[in-house]
Amino acid sequence: MLGAVFLIPLFPFVGFLVLAALGRKLGNPRAGWLATAMVLASFVTTVIVFTGLFERSPASRSYTQTWYSWFTVDRLHVTASLLVDPLSMTMALFVTGVSTLIHLYSIGYMSHDEQFPKFFVYLNLFVVSMLILVLGGNFLLTFLGWEGVGVCSYFLISFWFDRPSAASAGKKAMIFNRIGDAGFLLAMFLIFERTGSLQYTTVFSRLGHVGTPSLTAIALLLFLGAAGKSAQLPLYPWLADAMEGPTPVSALIHAATMVTAGVYLMCRVAPILHLAPDAAHVVAIVGVATAFLGATIACAQNDIKKILAYSTISQLGYMFLAVGVGAYVAAIFLMLTHAFYKALLFLGAGSVIHAMGDEQDTKRFGALARLMPITSITFLIAWLSIGGVPPFSGFWSKGDVLENAYAMSPLLYVVGALTAVLTAYYLGRCYLLTFRGKQRWAEARRDGKGAGLHPHDPSWLMTLPLVVLAAASTVAGIINLPIHPFDLLQRWLDPVVGAQLRQLHFSVGTEWVFAIGDAVLAALGVSIAIGLWRRVAEHPALEPVFLRRAWYIDWAYDSFVARGSTEVAQVTFDDVETKGIDGAVNGFGGLVAAAGRRLRTVQTGYVRNYALGLMGGLVLILAYVVVRAFA
Amino acid sequence: MTVSAAWYLTLAAAMFSIGAIGLLVRRNVLVMFMCVELMLNAANLTFVTFARELNDVGGQAVVFFVLVVAAAEVVVGLGIIVAIYRRRLGATADDIHVLKG
Repeated sequence: MLGAVFLIPLFPFVGFLVLAALGRKLGNPRAGWLATAMVLASFVTTVIVFTGLFERSPASRSYTQTWYSWFTVDRLHVTASLLVDPLSMTMALFVTGVSTLIHLYSIGYMSHDEQFPKFFVYLNLFVVSMLILVLGGNFLLTFLGWEGVGVCSYFLISFWFDRPSAASAGKKAMIFNRIGDAGFLLAMFLIFERTGSLQYTTVFSRLGHVGTPSLTAIALLLFLGAAGKSAQLPLYPWLADAMEGPTPVSALIHAATMVTAGVYLMCRVAPILHLAPDAAHVVAIVGVATAFLGATIACAQNDIKKILAYSTISQLGYMFLAVGVGAYVAAIFLMLTHAFYKALLFLGAGSVIHAMGDEQDTKRFGALARLMPITSITFLIAWLSIGGVPPFSGFWSKGDVLENAYAMSPLLYVVGALTAVLTAYYLGRCYLLTFRGKQRWAEARRDGKGAGLHPHDPSWLMTLPLVVLAAASTVAGIINLPIHPFDLLQRWLDPVVGAQLRQLHFSVGTEWVFAIGDAVLAALGVSIAIGLWRRVAEHPALEPVFLRRAWYIDWAYDSFVARGSTEVAQVTFDDVETKGIDGAVNGFGGLVAAAGRRLRTVQTGYVRNYALGLMGGLVLILAYVVVRAFA
Repeated sequence: MTVSAAWYLTLAAAMFSIGAIGLLVRRNVLVMFMCVELMLNAANLTFVTFARELNDVGGQAVVFFVLVVAAAEVVVGLGIIVAIYRRRLGATADDIHVLKG
């Protein structure tokens, strides 16, 4: 059954090829159905492979399927091989599952778009790349998928490329990711240089011979790559701009799956990170700082998708905090639950944006709960879930992370806890501004179209994914309860990261204290939000400019990096290129042309002139001979 | 009575000079052509003279080559001249300067 693993990326790949060739002919909505069917087939295959892996004994739950030898250069042998183990299957399962739902949703969401088939071409290509990323058996194959998802992200952010903001947001994402990818590449070079292989299993078996400084460097470089892909400090600003893409893209790529690739990579290289504690500290600190920063910015945003984007940045920071403190299972657990509720939040936001005629400003929503009951209730569930209200899934996953952070350092716990309160607060603000309070969309619309709107829940294509994801967000906590025989995910992932896990030695009483503490934090955030935003839509003191402008970090990038390099480029262009290089080339050409113009007058066309030349030559030769003879 | 080599060489030099000057100053294509022949034959005469003086048959052999080349040249040259005269009557060499740079 494990042999079927090659079918997992193959299905969406076939979908991609067929849609790329015949997408236009299939048209709307058949292209969308084909794409969805392919991803669903991939999901079913993943379930089959998953059960196959599950039936094996924990110690033998690792299976490598080698397709062929990819290439060989000197000592470097790279195979195209897939690695099936609990970690990769967990990832594949939720990637294909969430992808299927979002494909389904997209059929409804994109139904009015002229480029409908093209959207699904990119979406299927994305799923292929993401599956290669998580299933790849070596660093290089993972990197292939890594770049694949990057380019799909670029295509999809800039999907409405006739909007200048979308085009430049795509470029921004590309450039920030390039910085991270450079780190990934350098890490691979170093890994190969130290261990002589890029195959995960081989590399990890040879780590004993590698010195700690090298391991620290490798871990930090990989983290640079992960920080680019997963929008961590200082490479996070692209994710907020990535919201220019269609909302299902934001849900699938920029919330649930692609941006978690960095967390996956860090968990995959847990054996390296385990041996490089300094690097792990850096990861934890950057993670918690990003979590806090993202949460504060999200408190002051008005664009519903921007709120969710900064929320994603913040939650990814949480995952890196978990990775940094050695709680890999908690990181994966949070990644899973986050995929459910963040995809749900984005899809809910998409429904609202659709209903409001492409308006995204929460200040221009309000009182939609009665008009859009399904969207409202599912959004509420997502809010309570991400806010960490028991018994929703976020309570369990976030609690897991915070507990582990406390075991490492109480300071990390304090910042993490503060972030948890903020998380519950800003999403409460988002929910209340959108669905409760006074109705503001009729008169507040700038284009005056507000009065003609009749907001309602979308068709079943779009509500079905909402309901499924809401159910998943509610109950996903049961896959890893903190009580022994129910810590399923912990035991499932044990063969992969068990040896590197931080062991917690908390008594049952302490566990209860943590659990109650988490619940209190969530309740605090929720009640502050309700108290402040239930009726009122404006609290200028709570939305200071520096938070609305995202701590001026974009501005700083612009002034210190973008403007400087633009100036250097301009000087290089004007002086070096135009005057220097072009000048030299054109000058030489001009010289030859001028010489030619002068010399052509020698060719008079008169025979006598040529004859005179011959005679002159003859006289010269004779003169030379005579002089030689007498000298 | 033998004529010394100096006379032959003087004659050859004179012929060559006449030919060269004629080539430079005349405008009639046919006359210019004859001047070239004059110069060629001046060179031939020099070769033969030295061949006799130095008792070396090589000089005479070269003359044959020159004659052959000259004959070929006459064929091509006269052909061109005839072609020119067909196009324009009484043309001088200066009228034909289409290859002016």
